Amino acid sequence: MNVTTNTRAQRMNFWEKLYLPEIAKGLALTFKTMFKPKLTRQYPEERWEPLGSYRGRPVLVLEEDGERCVACGLCSRVCPALAIEVQAGETERDKERYPVKFEINMLRCIYCGLCEEVCPEEAIVMSKDYDIVFHSQEDAILGKDKLLVPIARLQERLEFLRQYK
Amino acid sequence: MSSLVITLIKGAIALNFALVIAAALVYLERKISAWMQYRIGPNRVGPFGLLQPLADVLKLYTKEDIVPYNANKSFHRLAPIISIAVALSILCVITPASYVLLEDGTRLFIAVAPNVNVGLLVILALTSIGVYGITLAGWSSNNKYSLLGGLRSSAQMISYELAMGLAAVAVLMLSGSLDMNQIIAAQANGRWNIWFQPLGFLIFLVASFAETNRAPFDLPEAEPELVGGYHTEYSGMKFGLFYLAEYANMFTASAVMTTLYLGGYDLPLIPTLLGLQEGSLARVLFELAVFFGKVSAFLFLFIWVRWTLPRFRYDQLMNLGWRVLLPLGLVNIIITGAIVFFVR
Repeated sequence: MNVTTNTRAQRMNFWEKLYLPEIAKGLALTFKTMFKPKLTRQYPEERWEPLGSYRGRPVLVLEEDGERCVACGLCSRVCPALAIEVQAGETERDKERYPVKFEINMLRCIYCGLCEEVCPEEAIVMSKDYDIVFHSQEDAILGKDKLLVPIARLQERLEFLRQYK
Repeated sequence: MSSLVITLIKGAIALNFALVIAAALVYLERKISAWMQYRIGPNRVGPFGLLQPLADVLKLYTKEDIVPYNANKSFHRLAPIISIAVALSILCVITPASYVLLEDGTRLFIAVAPNVNVGLLVILALTSIGVYGITLAGWSSNNKYSLLGGLRSSAQMISYELAMGLAAVAVLMLSGSLDMNQIIAAQANGRWNIWFQPLGFLIFLVASFAETNRAPFDLPEAEPELVGGYHTEYSGMKFGLFYLAEYANMFTASAVMTTLYLGGYDLPLIPTLLGLQEGSLARVLFELAVFFGKVSAFLFLFIWVRWTLPRFRYDQLMNLGWRVLLPLGLVNIIITGAIVFFVR
């Protein structure tokens, strides 16, 4: 049932019921706000630098002696959006395995970070890239050439993972 | 030159001026609203974003003009024309400055249609026609939201026109004339109506906000509930005309309030101190500056209030109109009448 006694409207005093003093207060507030410092970021010129905890475009870690990925396929298996495709191949290096093909469809990726969480080698991590734009659907499927990122540029994320994962 | 040619030239100047003012107002509205919300506002097109309204108009011109299926096409086309035509035609009786005394002794009046002895009535009549534009737009769109917006606007405009008319009647009693020049002359030397009619001014101000469909009385458009209201089904330059009409209406409402309550182009003492002769060009320029200064103050108030107050609920709007403003208007008339009767 609706409450009809002692409502907010009934408790108002005479000046509040007149509206005008309250309106004047509101107008004074907005007028003062006009001269306060602005919060706008001039985006393309002034870019935002995310913290290590930021989940951007997933990338593959590239070390000095080659990629870390051993093509186990766990990321592909766990991906809820089925965005990752891995094909394994053999190599002469200690790891014995490497991905012949590693593709992430960025139109499917939901940036959940499960691939990174499940990776036993810490080979796939979320980067800080957030302006992810493509001109066609084909362009949105990123191959190894675009996914491999030198380890030096991913230090912040790797430290974050070691600390909190 | 015949008086017809002179009037046509004055009309053309007034029309273009009003459209430029409307475009400038769009820019100012966006800038001021941004400042009031800790933002910067448009700053990409041209220096300080000054070319933003031009870019907006260009965009509107190049957009597809969509007429909804089963809409009443002729009325759908007519509605924005009525809106803009009414908004601009009120300008003809606005008196922004007095006159220039020509060499042959004749007076060149600055107003497009000077000395209309029913000036105030013309304004009230034209604003009443303005409601047709919005109501027809809502009705002819074949859209329930638009229809609701149109109905609201007709109810709102009829309710507030009464209060507005009553406030204007009190001014009429003081000046004794409907002629805009006479009304301004009656307020000469700082005897502005706002000092004698504070209540009437308040009623007229609130009613003007409702008449121009501006917040807090913008129920006909009410974006959250009516998806834009009467102009939901309008696109391209037809929508642009409604947009322009809203700002042109703001300008004319400000000009009317300046004329009725702030003494129009009157500013006491200064012209005599500067030695500006009545009828000289310098005097007219000074008067124009004074008039548009006062109008700009009102325009800022319109924008300021819009970005401060939330929208009224429909029943609150009707309560305010019929149960507060209308009785207050009547009381104002009685008090003014008594004072005019006993004092003069």
